[in-house]
Amino acid sequence: MIDEETGATIPQIADREISDEIAISVQELDVTYRTTFEKRPTLKQAVVRLGRGKRSVKTVEALKNVSFDVSRGTVLGIVGHNGAGKSTLMRAIAGIVPPTQGRIEVVGRTSTLLSLGVGFNRSLTGRENVILGGLAAGLTKDELEDRYEQIAEFADIGDFIDLPMSSYSSGMGARLAFSVAVHLDPDILLIDEALSTGDAVFKEKATQRMQELVNNSSTMLLISHALRTIINMSTECIWLDHGKLMMRGNPEEVVDAYTEFVHVKKTSATMNDM
Amino acid sequence: MKNPTGTQDRPVQVFLPHRAGLPRLNKYFANLWSRRHFAAELSRAEMRAAHTNTFFGQFWLVISPALNAGVYFLLVNVIRGGSAGPDFFMHLLAGLFAFNFIQTVMTNGATSVTKGGNLVLNTAFPLLLLPFSALRTAFLRFIPSLVILLAFFIYFDYFGSHPQECHPVTGICKDLNTIHFSPTMFLAIPALMLIFIFAAGLAALMASVQVYFRDTTQLLPYATRIWLYLSPVLYYADQMKPWMLKFEVFNPLYPLLGIFSETLVEGRIPPLTWWLGSAAWAFGTLIIGVFFFISREREFAVRI
Repeated sequence: MIDEETGATIPQIADREISDEIAISVQELDVTYRTTFEKRPTLKQAVVRLGRGKRSVKTVEALKNVSFDVSRGTVLGIVGHNGAGKSTLMRAIAGIVPPTQGRIEVVGRTSTLLSLGVGFNRSLTGRENVILGGLAAGLTKDELEDRYEQIAEFADIGDFIDLPMSSYSSGMGARLAFSVAVHLDPDILLIDEALSTGDAVFKEKATQRMQELVNNSSTMLLISHALRTIINMSTECIWLDHGKLMMRGNPEEVVDAYTEFVHVKKTSATMNDM
Repeated sequence: MKNPTGTQDRPVQVFLPHRAGLPRLNKYFANLWSRRHFAAELSRAEMRAAHTNTFFGQFWLVISPALNAGVYFLLVNVIRGGSAGPDFFMHLLAGLFAFNFIQTVMTNGATSVTKGGNLVLNTAFPLLLLPFSALRTAFLRFIPSLVILLAFFIYFDYFGSHPQECHPVTGICKDLNTIHFSPTMFLAIPALMLIFIFAAGLAALMASVQVYFRDTTQLLPYATRIWLYLSPVLYYADQMKPWMLKFEVFNPLYPLLGIFSETLVEGRIPPLTWWLGSAAWAFGTLIIGVFFFISREREFAVRI
């Protein structure tokens, strides 16, 4: 957490003692799942494999003994290579993937903005997708009616809102998804690489809105390969490597350690997109 | 710390490993119930989207069963000269409509989870809502066909010919047209409810099978066609060959479609064994389908 007056970093250990203020507590979390080799498992391949005496599944240890607490109001940046377990960690916190071992406690409502956002059914209109995404996330119809106008206005995609999402550009989809996620009044907002799409104007607006949420004591988890975003936005940072928690601390230091570890220089290319 | 308010108003969620693959059931079903509007809304939106580009739009919901009935009317009553009688036509129609409902539930239920893509990946909600939404869609599509069925019923009862067959010795006459409105028809409602419950179980089962074997939807049309031929839809149950009847113990549609057709068309009260068999198949399929689905559903997010 950064002291607002001095800009100095306050050690996080102190926060951990105030249990009332803990928003997320991850305790000795293991997530192991079995997956298939193929993207689309089919009967034919199963038969072929059976003939060759191969096992169809392989076990992925996505997270190994990860423990950390997040205080309310924190923006926690998460860095790590592709497949380090960042997205799995977010899905576990959101309750989408159950822990294999360990325990996760989450205080308040989470809203997820994981890599692809809403718009799961592209033959339906933006409006229908917004309503359906909200209902699935546990909001009532009345709550959604109240917020719908705000969502549409913030996304600012005009008449496209009533057209099937198959007609959207990827930027429009991302804007709508972001708008939904931030307007669900989440206590905890989980953002996975969501800011990479959208034009400069929208990025500015999105950043502002996220700041507002943090000021209202929302907690935020942020995955980004743009290390600059992590440094600018987070108050704290964790680094995952092959499912293990390598380091936790001040974003600047963690990013330094991470870039050194993967042997890349902090060039402008790596800072903006890595 | 900013805005240090209490945590009393914030729900605390604890995620723990699932024991034996099943989540806490009371919590799961409470959650399922509280989000039922999602299933309804999804089904509504998909029904809207299905007909947006067509000229007749939503009227297709009534047009397609009417056309179907028309085709079979042509086949049975015109091409074959109506030798089989109106009761056979009605038996055929009732059976086909009910079978079509089950087939639609299976096909749409199968793809309900796999096409849920981003939503399944990014939102924590009871996924059972997806096949149940498909069930709702299929049932709403089935209702217009009941109206068509009723229309034919009225036609045959009031306007159809009523040939009499009289016994040469006793002189007692029998009406060959057995299509009559009778109180027994109301027994078709519990029969339909059992079919609905059976279909709900099938939807959940097919949805989970499709996640593991994407060929399911390709194989389904052939499997259902064979199932149709093995069930007493295109013929009466008593016309079945003895060797086939032996296997009908394993066919859920034998008693399920049997009680529906007997009560609705023939106006007979089916034997108790048929009712018990139907109930066993319906609830058995529901329980197996739902539990199989729930035990697997948290794995779906990493398999889609």
